[in-house]
Amino acid sequence: MIDKRVVSAHEAVADVRDGAAIMIGGFGEAGSPIELIHALIDQGAKGLTVISNNTGTGLVGLAALLRAGRVRKVICSFPKTAGSTVFPDLYRAGRVELELVPQGTLAERIRAGGAGVAAFYTPTAAGTPLAEGKETREFSGREHVLEHGLRADFTLIKGRIADTHGNILFHRTARNFAPMMATAATVTIVQAAEVVPAGELDPEAIVTPGIFVDRVVHVPSPALESALNEAGASYP
Amino acid sequence: MSAAPQGRSQEATLGWSREGIAERVAQDIENGSYVNLGIGIPELVAKFVPAGRTLVYHTENGLLGMGPSPAAGQGDPELINAGKRRVSMMPGAAFFDQATSFAMIRGGHLDLSVLGALQVAANGDLANWSTGADDAIPAVGGAMDLVAGVKRVFVMTTHVTKEGSPKLVERCTYPLTGRGVVTRVYSDLAVIDITPRGFALVELAPGVAFDFVQERTGAPILRNSTRRTGA
Repeated sequence: MIDKRVVSAHEAVADVRDGAAIMIGGFGEAGSPIELIHALIDQGAKGLTVISNNTGTGLVGLAALLRAGRVRKVICSFPKTAGSTVFPDLYRAGRVELELVPQGTLAERIRAGGAGVAAFYTPTAAGTPLAEGKETREFSGREHVLEHGLRADFTLIKGRIADTHGNILFHRTARNFAPMMATAATVTIVQAAEVVPAGELDPEAIVTPGIFVDRVVHVPSPALESALNEAGASYP
Repeated sequence: MSAAPQGRSQEATLGWSREGIAERVAQDIENGSYVNLGIGIPELVAKFVPAGRTLVYHTENGLLGMGPSPAAGQGDPELINAGKRRVSMMPGAAFFDQATSFAMIRGGHLDLSVLGALQVAANGDLANWSTGADDAIPAVGGAMDLVAGVKRVFVMTTHVTKEGSPKLVERCTYPLTGRGVVTRVYSDLAVIDITPRGFALVELAPGVAFDFVQERTGAPILRNSTRRTGA
C-alpha cells in the first residue's frame, strides 16, 4: 500500500540540510505553503538557495525565512512586490545573492529540470542584460538565449486536495509554479487542505500526478500571508 | 496649430488623459482577441472596450478569462492577477500552471500585449523594467516573455517623463526589456507606429499639433499617414 502522508509539516522538512536548494510554490500569497515554510524556519537549515517567483511580504512565510538569515541565494523573477521589505533590505546590505530570471524562463527552466531536459533556447531576454554571459544562437533569423534546466533538493507546495498517492488538485491561481516544481526536486512535499484516500479523486481531473510527490501533509486551514500581515503577525 | 483653452496650463490640458489613452487603445482591439494587459495604466483599457466586443483577458500567473476586481475586502485571495490584486473569472475561464501560461505567451498564442514604458526607441526597442539605478531592486516578472512572444505589443505611456524628457527616443538608455518588439505607442499626445523607417504618426490627440509632438520626441516622426481625430 502506498501512503505518502506524514504526520506534520515539521516531520516533512526534518531532513533538509544546510546549503540545500529549495523550490517554493506561490505567486504572491496565492499558493504559498506558509506552514511548510514556517516548519523549515523551525527546523533551522541555513545557507539555502530558494527558487520562488517572489520573496514574500511582511514578516511571515518566505519573508520570515529570509529574515531569519537562512537564505544565501534567491532565484526569482520579481523580488520587490508591494509590502516586501525583508528581501530589499538584505539585498541592499549585500547579505543575499539574487539571480533574476524572467518569469516564463523561470517556469520553463523548472519544467525542463523536471522533464530531463538539460537546457533550451528561448527568445526571451535576447539583447537584454539578463542574457549577458549566456550562449546565444540564431533560429529563423532570431536570436535565442540558452537557458539551463533547474533542479532542487526539495520542493514545498500547497494544494487544495491531495490523495494518499500524492495526486494533487490546486485552487485557482494558487496553482502557478507548483506543478512544475513538483517534478523538479529530489523530494517534493505538498501541504493540502484536504487529504483523501487514493481512488477518491477523478483521475481525469488530477493536475499533478502522485509520481512527482513524496510527502503529503494535511494542513486543514492554511494561513494566508495577507491575513497574517493584517494581524501584524511575524514568525517565529 | 491648435491652442490649449485660455487661462489654463497648456501642458496640463493638452492631449488625452490616462483614461483617454485607454479608450483610444481599446478602439484598436478586435472582437474576440486574447489580450494581456500590463499592471497599472494598461489595466484601464478593459473599462473602455466598445459595446459588442468581447475580449478574453490573460493574466500570466495562470488565468484566461479574467474578470474585474471585486469590491475591497471581497473576492478570493488566491484568485489574483499578475499585480497580485484580487480579480474575478468570466464564463469560460480556465486556470493553468506557469509553463502553460508562458507557452501561451512565448508560443505566439496571444493576440496582443499592452504594456507601460520607461523608453521606446525608434527601432522598436522597449525599456520598461529597470532604470539601472544602483540602489534599485531589479525585478522583471513576465515583461521580457511578453514582448518576446506576443504578436503585437502596444505601449501606453505619457509622451515625456515628469521632468519633461522624451520617452520616445532614438536609442534606449535604460536596460532593455526586448529588442525591436514594440508595434505601436499610444501616448497622451499621439498614436505612433514603429516602422522599418522609425516612428510614424498614426494620429494626433485632439487639439495637439504635429510640431508640438515632434519637439517632445527624441527621434524624427514620419507624418505621411497623419490623421486627426474629431477634426
